[in-house]
Amino acid sequence: MEVLKIATAGSVDDGKSTLIGRILYDTKSLTTDKLEAIEKTSKQKGYDYLDFSLATDGLVAEREQGITIDVAHIYFSTAKKSYIIADTPGHVEYTRNMVTGASTSQAAIILIDARKGVIEQTNRHFFINNLLRVKEVVVAINKMDLVDYSEETYNAIKADFEELMSKRDYENQNITFIPVSALKGDNVVNTTDKMPWYKGGTILEHLEALDLAAVSNAGTPRFPVQYVIRPKTDEFHDFRGFAGKVYGGELSVGDAVVALPSQTKSKIKDIYFNDKKFQTASRRSSVTITLEDEINVSRGDMLVKADDLPTIDKQFTATISWMDSQKLAAGNKYVIQHGVNKVLAKVDCVHHRINPDYSGIDESIDALGMNDIAKVTFKLNKPIFFDAFKNHRTNGSFILIDSQSNNTVGAGFIQE
Amino acid sequence: MKDTSHVNALENEAIYIFREVAAQFEKPVLLFSGGKDSITLVRLAQKAFWPAKIPFPLMHIDTGHNFPETIEFRDRLVKELGLELIVRNVQDSIDQGKVKEETGRYSSRNSLQTTTLLDAIEEFKFDACIGGARRDEEKARAKERIFSVRDDFGQWDEKNQRPELFDMLNGQIELGQNVRVFPISNWTELDVWSYIEKEEIEIPSIYFAHKRKIFLRDGLIWSHSDYVYQEEDEEVIERMVRFRTVGDMSCTAAVFSEASDISSVVQEIRDSTISERGARIDDKRSEAAMEKRKQQGYF
Repeated sequence: MEVLKIATAGSVDDGKSTLIGRILYDTKSLTTDKLEAIEKTSKQKGYDYLDFSLATDGLVAEREQGITIDVAHIYFSTAKKSYIIADTPGHVEYTRNMVTGASTSQAAIILIDARKGVIEQTNRHFFINNLLRVKEVVVAINKMDLVDYSEETYNAIKADFEELMSKRDYENQNITFIPVSALKGDNVVNTTDKMPWYKGGTILEHLEALDLAAVSNAGTPRFPVQYVIRPKTDEFHDFRGFAGKVYGGELSVGDAVVALPSQTKSKIKDIYFNDKKFQTASRRSSVTITLEDEINVSRGDMLVKADDLPTIDKQFTATISWMDSQKLAAGNKYVIQHGVNKVLAKVDCVHHRINPDYSGIDESIDALGMNDIAKVTFKLNKPIFFDAFKNHRTNGSFILIDSQSNNTVGAGFIQE
Repeated sequence: MKDTSHVNALENEAIYIFREVAAQFEKPVLLFSGGKDSITLVRLAQKAFWPAKIPFPLMHIDTGHNFPETIEFRDRLVKELGLELIVRNVQDSIDQGKVKEETGRYSSRNSLQTTTLLDAIEEFKFDACIGGARRDEEKARAKERIFSVRDDFGQWDEKNQRPELFDMLNGQIELGQNVRVFPISNWTELDVWSYIEKEEIEIPSIYFAHKRKIFLRDGLIWSHSDYVYQEEDEEVIERMVRFRTVGDMSCTAAVFSEASDISSVVQEIRDSTISERGARIDDKRSEAAMEKRKQQGYF
């Protein structure tokens, strides 16, 4: 059993919170006291149905306005898998939350209101999940009960969406269409007899069948050093362990490695997890590595296999998702946090804004506002060791930090 | 053999977070309550830094109304692992006139902890406080970041949180601010219990079924104790109970249970139809009880 992270995307009133509530309800993940709270509040509001969105909208302002403002995390599990849903808001102005949710997810559910079909927002939701290279996308065509469970409506929406797919950049994304009614519970967890024309599985059946190894994007092994462990005790007097998480692939004892940026060569002596030694460190494991030779390695450095170096450069071009109200413009300086490594960066050139609805690019702009997505070139005060985002989701991404406010103001996906 | 691979994934994530704290902050502290979540944090921290010692102290904000079993356990754990423990008492804040004891039927020292905590953060100049809160516990906590920035007044600005992308944690703060860190954000109650079982972690005895003097109020099971306000007509009975969550005696309700060992507790949680915080009297005050307390600096 493993953990599958799913991001949801949908416009206001597409029924996203209802869908999640329905999943929780039908998988029996809602406990009696939570269910009672939902029943009580639904009744107070005068609804004649259970308002499942009350299960997920956690902030007072959200409940007041009946909308989701911030990313909420929802947990449930079946006998097969543990699931974490990042429930991200659907408003145009909250693109940053969607990017955030998608960044940690291997799968996404995009909701479409069957009465409205593919709208501009849908383009945006798909664009972002494609940009972030989320491997699995479920297109849930919701509110089928309100269009008489019509096969024609479903097919028309599917055809419109397929038109969008032809414009996508990341072609290896798996896309699955499922007609549902979150309110009535059709094809969410349980099957339905309302749509005999639909031969596929329910949303949960689809998620349950996903192979987790296949939906996590693999790459080459990269080991960013987080922390150097030096116990300085009698027993471990000379112990110098490099603590970090393994990304992309495996590392094994005896592997010839290179420490970056010094480019010093050595071999992996031991791999520890807690006090136990292991022959191999698998992907995403937090281990401590010791080397055969005493070389100088500190936080922010990276160990990589000697025959598989990343790009080492003081300049790169990236797709930026801008998340701050202060504008990004050429000449601005930021801190770039690339994994656990921090460098100073200057915006060299804002090439163009990418319209996140597949309507093309806008070359007339020279500054980025909140929620803009754009192609930008940076110059750094020292080199970093990166891969293109399309080859390595972890080593190809970074965040931008404003050194005045200390806020995370943007995310970047390295192109070259 | 039981399949624990998803707990392994969560363990790797938590260890990564602990190492980020040690690397990014100068004066971190682990907030220790003696409950199962903070005991789990201690185990994870040990793993993150082995063979070195945990590079930060533990701090307990003691309401003075804790279960005696918890305090006993705390002192033994600290001694056995050779950890540094700081204790700050809510009673001192009361004596100094900074907070006022609540009175009446639902009085509790739970919310008074906030003042003592904020004072201690200032006293020791802690820049990162590690806590065992989980997103599955409560709706407001579901929106909490892993690194959550608090201002000078310990306040949480829930509408203006830093986005957290991929694995990258931004711990840059100004002087006077601090970060609350939640390494087991993504764990559920069952995950914590499964981990305790897998790792054979010792926990205080009150988590297991035992005979206790209790009384019933509002459908909840309250401990009969000097620290808990009780009406004359609320009858004391003796029953087999255990605690799912351990806070102050005045705000923690028990559950009827016969689960006397870890595997039967795990089974009980698996079959449970009521949530963990359903037994937290402090959350019952209103729909937004937790969010309000968090804004004021509560953990």
